[in-house]
Amino acid sequence: MADVDVLIVGAGPAGLAAATSARRVGATVRVLEAFDESGGQFWRHLPATRPAGNEPRLHHQWQRYQQFRSAVDADPALTLDVGAHVWAIEHRDDAVRVNVVCGDVDGTGRRRESVTANSLILATGAHDRALPVPGWTLPGVVTAGAAQAMAKGERIAIGDRVVIAGAGPFLFPVTESLRLAGSTVVGVYEAAGFRRLARHWLARPWELRSATTKMTELAGYFGTHLRGRIPYRPGWGVVAINGTDRVESATVARLDEQWRPVAGTERTVQCDAVCLGHGFTPRLELAIAAGCGLSRDRFVTVDDGQRTSVPSVFAAGEITGIGGVDLALAEGEIAGWVAAGGAPTDSQLVAAVRARAVFSRFARRIADAHRIGSGWTDWLEPSTMVCRCEEVDYGTLLAVRRDTESVGLRSLKLTTRAGLGLCQGRICGRSVECILATDGAGFADGASSDRRPIAAPIRLGELSRPPNFVDDDDQSTTTSERKSV
Amino acid sequence: MSARAVPPARDPIRPHPAAAVEIEFEGRTYRGVLGQSIAGILLANNVIDWRTTSSNHAPRGLFCGIGVCFDCVVAVDGVPDIRACQRRARGGEHVERQHFSLPSTSQER
Repeated sequence: MADVDVLIVGAGPAGLAAATSARRVGATVRVLEAFDESGGQFWRHLPATRPAGNEPRLHHQWQRYQQFRSAVDADPALTLDVGAHVWAIEHRDDAVRVNVVCGDVDGTGRRRESVTANSLILATGAHDRALPVPGWTLPGVVTAGAAQAMAKGERIAIGDRVVIAGAGPFLFPVTESLRLAGSTVVGVYEAAGFRRLARHWLARPWELRSATTKMTELAGYFGTHLRGRIPYRPGWGVVAINGTDRVESATVARLDEQWRPVAGTERTVQCDAVCLGHGFTPRLELAIAAGCGLSRDRFVTVDDGQRTSVPSVFAAGEITGIGGVDLALAEGEIAGWVAAGGAPTDSQLVAAVRARAVFSRFARRIADAHRIGSGWTDWLEPSTMVCRCEEVDYGTLLAVRRDTESVGLRSLKLTTRAGLGLCQGRICGRSVECILATDGAGFADGASSDRRPIAAPIRLGELSRPPNFVDDDDQSTTTSERKSV
Repeated sequence: MSARAVPPARDPIRPHPAAAVEIEFEGRTYRGVLGQSIAGILLANNVIDWRTTSSNHAPRGLFCGIGVCFDCVVAVDGVPDIRACQRRARGGEHVERQHFSLPSTSQER
């Protein structure tokens, strides 16, 4: 007997849509969210301690989020746990067991729990992919997502004069968030060139007509750029960030079709912050731990009912492909419905199935237009940090590959220490693979940097205690005391 | 000036008054708003680095802002490895810069 009918990991758009959809079929639902607020990165918002007269100004489709919140609040058969960090998933007796630790982020005395469910829906989302650039470890360089999270969730402006660089339409809402926080965006440098953008964005215009919410949103961003006179430069990128203890300027250059910097086009732009966002990396560790199959481009493969290759495990949102909020909402609705016992062909899902088709075409457009070019490594210097945690530079990676002639990712990581630090390769993993995979055919050992059996940090003291152990003195005890428990 | 809080009077979302909190970092007291993370309070006061790396002794602060990169970890009330961008301040926290030196070999000494 499982603890709950449908267990959902992640309370962003996909997870919330899945939860309310599963409830319509009558299943009991529990949602586990690591952050202490629901809404995911898309609806990252101010906490209840900071009310404001016009917070919706910062958001898109905010009303949709309010509806989800009311649905969660009003429904005793739908539980949402925030501050619930899923740190491992294991198979036991043909059931999937989800191990979670609940409490203050990175705390010491959090409550451990082990949950079983008839169906599991993974809606873990994605994080920014930031390519290494000389100087990107300087304070003042953040991911595009960080700038937005700080602006929307904390009302912090990351800088006065901000350069935004990377690829993809996400750079637009980041620009808008920064402008609403009072920063001056001195330029948005989109690595994809104008011809490439035109080829993919202007093709098949009839498809765009059905994606009305997206097109209205994009039109709004163009308005922002025009009104704010914010330069948008396709075919340009930040190729170096300069400063001693903090960002003082960025070097921008024209990039060719493969994102190689074009010599002689470099210009220096004065700024005090740089936001990097070269696309997104899906958060796959839990899906991999559950045994879900991945596609060649490393997203979770799902069928028409959002079922993964593992029985009773479903996936929705960015881990099945980077598609934005509308696709995530549609996939979540379908996943929740089917996980609770419905069928993908049910009449209640007609709108969601249609939306999924429309927005997955939109997602392919984004992937084609803004795909990372193979020439980006040309802007690296031998001294450029690639792995930020273990401080492994580009020169070291190349030297180790040359000297060891290794074709296994695992041995290369162990020799260089790239990807073995605190973030466990979340930030550098794919860039390290790019640099070390000589022929683009992958590694002889079949290893990938996405596999992390321990998906979230858990302290040894917490691990040593049985699940559901409650210690009233938790918050006052320190790590060293905890070791003797 | 670079990083800062959006001045409430000029904020288009018209924030209501919020309770203040204070944290201590490197001997100074920094003021923020209840509901802000430790990273948020430091950034609001234009403190942009609060960790020193082990190998290069380089300054680090906020990077991913969503709890993925672990670049922003600090010690809070003596407990190390706490992501400053994810931990909300309750007020009164003693925050310390995190810097673990690498072990050295006898030759290096």
